[in-house]
Amino acid sequence: MFKQIAAVTSMNLRGLPQRIGPSLVIVIGIAVTVAVLVSVLAMATGFKKTVGNTGHADRAIVIRGGSLTELGSTISRDNTVTITDAPGVKHDADGKAIASAEVVAVVGVAKKGDTTLANVTLRGVGAKGAQLRPEIRIVEGRMYEPAVRELIVGRSAQGQFAGLALGSKIAFRDSDWTVVGVFESNGDSHESELLADVETVLSAFRRNLYQSVVVLLDSPESFDRFKDALTTNPTLSVDVKREPEYYAAQSKRLNTLLNFLAYVVGGIMAVGAIFGALNTMYSAVSARALEIATLRAIGFGSLPVVISVLVEALLLALIGGSIGAALAWVFFNGNVVSTLGGNFTQVVFQLTVSPALLVIGVVWACVIGIIGGLFPSVRAARLSVASALRAA
Amino acid sequence: MKYFPLIWAGLWRKKARTIFTLLSIVVAFLLFGMLQGVNAAFNNTVETANVNRLTVVSKINFTESLPYSYLTQIEAVPGVSAVAWFSWFGTYYQDPKNFVFSFPGDPARLFDMYPEYKVPKEQLEAFGRTRTGAVIGVDLATKYGWKIGDQVPLHSTIWTKPDGSSDWNFEIVGIYDVPSDPSQANQFFFNHTYFDEARSFGKGKVGWYVVRVKDPAQSAVVAEAIDKLFANSPDETKTQTEKEFQQSFLKQLGDINFIVTSILGAVFFSLLFATGSTMMQSVRERIPELAVLKTLGFSNGGVLALMLSEAVLLCLIAAALGLAIAALIFPSLKSFIGVATLSASVLVTGAVVALLLALITGLPPALRAQRLNIVDALAGR
Repeated sequence: MFKQIAAVTSMNLRGLPQRIGPSLVIVIGIAVTVAVLVSVLAMATGFKKTVGNTGHADRAIVIRGGSLTELGSTISRDNTVTITDAPGVKHDADGKAIASAEVVAVVGVAKKGDTTLANVTLRGVGAKGAQLRPEIRIVEGRMYEPAVRELIVGRSAQGQFAGLALGSKIAFRDSDWTVVGVFESNGDSHESELLADVETVLSAFRRNLYQSVVVLLDSPESFDRFKDALTTNPTLSVDVKREPEYYAAQSKRLNTLLNFLAYVVGGIMAVGAIFGALNTMYSAVSARALEIATLRAIGFGSLPVVISVLVEALLLALIGGSIGAALAWVFFNGNVVSTLGGNFTQVVFQLTVSPALLVIGVVWACVIGIIGGLFPSVRAARLSVASALRAA
Repeated sequence: MKYFPLIWAGLWRKKARTIFTLLSIVVAFLLFGMLQGVNAAFNNTVETANVNRLTVVSKINFTESLPYSYLTQIEAVPGVSAVAWFSWFGTYYQDPKNFVFSFPGDPARLFDMYPEYKVPKEQLEAFGRTRTGAVIGVDLATKYGWKIGDQVPLHSTIWTKPDGSSDWNFEIVGIYDVPSDPSQANQFFFNHTYFDEARSFGKGKVGWYVVRVKDPAQSAVVAEAIDKLFANSPDETKTQTEKEFQQSFLKQLGDINFIVTSILGAVFFSLLFATGSTMMQSVRERIPELAVLKTLGFSNGGVLALMLSEAVLLCLIAAALGLAIAALIFPSLKSFIGVATLSASVLVTGAVVALLLALITGLPPALRAQRLNIVDALAGR
């Protein structure tokens, strides 16, 4: 039996070069479907990774109750003191709470090669900012000083937006800010931002309200204690969230949209590819009608015939799927793009073609190949030997 | 027309093949309709932008507010015929998922600035009289079942009242419609006076100004004059036409046009192969039949026309089916893009693409049929 299967299948595959034209239809159809599916999913994966990386389990963010994002939130100076004094917040060697009351100002900066301005976050960070976010590392220049208009820029922001080179001046409001440093933070969403001292930003933008307080917790477990202390305090009306939870919510909307796009568009394309595959395999079977009838006449069973057709379809699908996944990887993996994130500002992220996405792509290709090969293979098995031989 | 039965019969010579080819083209045009429809919906907001109107925002960013005192100064700029102002209020109804686009503005100026927003006169008067009054788009009214006289609480994600609460109550006093662009009928306008008196911070500031110019040809000059007026002040402005403003906003989302074009490019690239290959095959199988047709007196051109017509017919039927399905499904995307109907220009472009597809994939086999030598073909050489 296995000998028969092997014999018929290898004979079939050796004949494949003669049917190269129609076979290409399967390969190209599946390659294109997989390439589109994987590229759009790579966008979703990259965005989620960037925004998700921003949150750390041992940090909590406090914003005004019901305000959803930092941009809409306001917190008074008195309240920031109450929040940083709450139990569960970690203190450094000097006995000071490791916390940062922050503001986000949205500033217009041109994207490279473009004249229209894009929204970029200028984040005012408190004095304990460096201890709070150890992942932020200065890679060029130095940290900003308080009380002077200095800022540091994220590596991602610098790559995407014009005029952010070390030493350059940026005009916001009535004075110039100097870029004194460049930082990296593992490609998280802070890397798309400009950071400066919070009091300097407040005074430059003539504001007196903070927008969020980020605290380092004693441990991830002390979150509940911290949260309860704040939510039961009658002088406060705030939402307290673990950072990972806050940032996951920020990326949820776009992720849902991109996944929807990927699976709906990919699904429709897959249906199209199945029709193409069916067409090709049916004509392959009819081209081989005489060959198959002869095999059956000399005693080969119908199962080897079915399997030989399925193997052909699957092989073509695998080639197509691999080409598609490879194309997506070569052209899009690591591509840097940006879109509007939760604070209404640009989040720079990399398209990420992860191994899991490549697997999804190849699995889709196989499913298309199996469906496209199944019906034609059944037809091949049912072929009437006598009439096929007579027709020839 | 008398050849139609012949073309039809030729098309259905191999039923299964024609159906599969047809379906793969249908699928391609379904995607074309949906994706181009979404793309057109985005571009539509830019294209319907009014050429008379300018948007004045803070030079830093449109999220920064501007002083209310700019109103009289902008009004005094030569060439300005009217000024209105708005602020971003950022609200949801009951649940954050139910986002409501709400803007405080001046009742009289607001609807004068947007004459395409139709609201009954007596409702407009009630809007002016009622401190907590709101005029809402007809879509919004339908969505939540709000009627005139209803009290509606909205939760602002930005603005608080002095007591710290973010819940604002409104009375619906009017419902507007925008016959020229129904996608605009989802906004919630209310009295700036109520907003300014009740908010706990930011008093005396507004989000942005909308300026109508007397002569659209002068809009660049007027925009420059306005920006010059506030140059070197703490609140510098940036004045753009409505169209520029919306374009720059859409650009921030990402290059939607590029994504749509790339996906469709890929889809049609693979479709060319799929359709082209079946057409080629179909002609190859029919060589003896075509030779008979030529023997019967069909000219070379006639055979070419027959074969091409088959391709055109197939592509047009499939495209029509695909676009029809797209038009049927499209309204369900309303919550994503705010537009309920597939734009007619998408359908027209679709038809043109279908014809092109038919010609590109049908021409090589048709030419082969035309060049056929009767004797060789009948002999099976």
